[in-house]
Amino acid sequence: MLGKTAGGLYWMFRFLERSENTARLVEAGFRIALTRSHDATSEWKSVVTTAGARAGYDEKYDGYSAGSVVDYLLRDPANPSSVISAAEKARTNARMVRTALTTEVWEAVNENWMTLKDALKRPVKETDLPAILGQIRRQSALVRGALHGTMLRNDIFDFAQMGIAVERADNTARIIDVKYFTLLPSASFVGSPLDNVQWETILRSVSAHRSFRWLNEDDMTSATIAEFLILDARFPRSLSFSSRLIEEKLEFLAKDYGQRRPCHDLIDAQREKLRKHTIASIFDEGLHQFITDFIRDNNAIGQQIERDYQFNG
Amino acid sequence: MEQDQNHFDEMLLGPDGVRAPYREYQKWFSNEDPSRLIKKSKEAEAFFRRTGITFNVYGQAAAQERLIPFDLIPRIISNREWTRLSKGIEQRVRAINAFLHDVYNRQEILRAGVIPVDLIARNEAFLPQMIGFTPPGNVYTHIVGTDIVRTGENDFFVLEDNARTPSGVSYMLENRETMLQMFPELFSQNKVQPVSNYPKNLRRSLAASAPANCAGKPTVAVLTPGIHNSAYFEHSFLADQMGAELVEGHDLRVVDGHIAMRTTQGYQVIDVLYRRVDDDYLDPLNFRRDSMLGVPGIMDVYRAGNITIANAPGTGIADDKAIYSYMPEIVEFYTGEKAILKNVQTWRCSEPDTLAYVLDNLSELVVKEVHGSGGYGMLVGPAASKKEIARFAAKLKRSPGNYIAQPTLSLSTVPIFVKKGLSPRHVDLRPFVLVSPTGMNITPGGLTRVALKEGSLVVNSSQGGGTKDTWVLED
Repeated sequence: MLGKTAGGLYWMFRFLERSENTARLVEAGFRIALTRSHDATSEWKSVVTTAGARAGYDEKYDGYSAGSVVDYLLRDPANPSSVISAAEKARTNARMVRTALTTEVWEAVNENWMTLKDALKRPVKETDLPAILGQIRRQSALVRGALHGTMLRNDIFDFAQMGIAVERADNTARIIDVKYFTLLPSASFVGSPLDNVQWETILRSVSAHRSFRWLNEDDMTSATIAEFLILDARFPRSLSFSSRLIEEKLEFLAKDYGQRRPCHDLIDAQREKLRKHTIASIFDEGLHQFITDFIRDNNAIGQQIERDYQFNG
Repeated sequence: MEQDQNHFDEMLLGPDGVRAPYREYQKWFSNEDPSRLIKKSKEAEAFFRRTGITFNVYGQAAAQERLIPFDLIPRIISNREWTRLSKGIEQRVRAINAFLHDVYNRQEILRAGVIPVDLIARNEAFLPQMIGFTPPGNVYTHIVGTDIVRTGENDFFVLEDNARTPSGVSYMLENRETMLQMFPELFSQNKVQPVSNYPKNLRRSLAASAPANCAGKPTVAVLTPGIHNSAYFEHSFLADQMGAELVEGHDLRVVDGHIAMRTTQGYQVIDVLYRRVDDDYLDPLNFRRDSMLGVPGIMDVYRAGNITIANAPGTGIADDKAIYSYMPEIVEFYTGEKAILKNVQTWRCSEPDTLAYVLDNLSELVVKEVHGSGGYGMLVGPAASKKEIARFAAKLKRSPGNYIAQPTLSLSTVPIFVKKGLSPRHVDLRPFVLVSPTGMNITPGGLTRVALKEGSLVVNSSQGGGTKDTWVLED
């Protein structure tokens, strides 16, 4: 496979994952704003921060209102991480790697872009927001379905999956990072239930409010939530799950190509770190430091993959 | 309509006469509910958008990707008509390859005085880098898209030879796929020769043209200028259908005297490059230095016999419209036979007497740039305003050698589907020819382009033309 093609696949799926994650953040923010109106401004602010869009947003707007945040994150072409920008970049990459995709995957990505371009042509009215967010989620589910249902399990699939996993790990880690203070077990907090709204926002931003409840019933403490998001290998958006996915795909590549590369050592180190930690030891060492390190290492893994497989020559 | 009686319509002869190839189709059509056809027509457009069959129009930022309109009435050619056409095309393509080898080697045609030396020596499309070199298998034009127009029952003319990098074959294939999906019943009622083997044949033909020193199965790649090129869809489509890599200049470099592509596992040698990049941009060391689309040093690898470039650099000389005017002589010179297909009468504006004639008759002529293509920069006299003609006359006087003129042909028409039913529109035909050292292969049919504007003679997609599925019957 061409290095450029591997890069195109990797980035195509990073952008698709990003557009879906951004929509999910907006969805969580919207929910909080509706149920707890006095928290709305700070909630929207943390949504923008989590989306990694603070610099661009602050340059354009003065405050954090639902209207401007939703507009900036969903449909502003000047925001490189907005849903529409990400969907467009995913499609541009897909056009570039068209020969590596099945017709079904290509059509799903193309349709995703066409549908969103149409849905986000005009500013989104509050009444339409839930429907549009649902549409974004459905469209990306179609792409994922086509990917899983029609693609050969070869290196093409590996690079696509690594794009998803690296982006997803980054996204979940950033959500924890922005909210880490609410997860910190301060003196008065230890063992006591978290503020309902706080945990719900976090869980909703990763679409985990229901699965968390199934697994933990009423045990909504900072420790159980942090453990779930970081270490639970069953939850498909946890740091553990995402990094396991990267590890697995890199193992496939090593076998397929008959060679290990420097990125293999990096992912091994990352996996080892997650394996030896418990949530207690993470809190002991400092949650913030742990997450900051994770984000840095995850980025380094992504960059090493790009170099090792010659995405850019 | 008086105007219409001057055109040969390929489907309808008179008020109720239908030409033989269209008989079955006409029966089917007259039983169809027009509202169903309108619905089908919309479905086809949605299908094209979803599959991304688009082209980019230069100079139109707002409409970055556009669809080529598809008309659902097929253009139908009888087997007898096709047999004659394909013989004529084969003869012509054979002659063009012989001509190219000759002008880059012994130049016998110049010595024999059949065409003037100046026409070659002073031609930008003539590449000195090709002199004294024979491409692998002595094939210059691996892929040809001969443009053919018709004016009557037995009157076919070659309008252009397109020996450089003809495009449109992906539309030929997708149009057929679309028709098969929309109207499967038509294909059980009519015996239509298939076109779907084209990608397989293209791959075979390219592989058969690999350099002599290529051991094992040749690696074939398609070189594209990138996703912003107007024909990018076709480049990726063909690479995909052939199972070949789609590469850009920056994926390639010279490694140990070969061209190699950067893969996830290091550099891998390419044996045959189907390039969709113009000569000028192919090699910044040998041609345009500012080109970012090519591969530095590829011409040296080529001349060393380590890669096949399809089509060969320098084939553009055969597309020159002044050379075109000598094509009947060229065919006769190399094949010893009279040309089966006619040439359109062509006035070379470089000749002073001819220029005077052309200037006097601009309102009745079609004037084209000798190196032009895509319908850009041409004048269609009968359709032009006085102002446009005056402006064109000034350009023509400034550089007469840059232009040729042809009579305005009364192109045949085939009906398109409109709200009211059928309405005649002018068409041309681009059959696709594959050439390899082992032989020639012409896909039955080709791409029919249709001028969608009533009365218009310009069929180019960049100028608002559409396409039709083209059937060659088996009968």
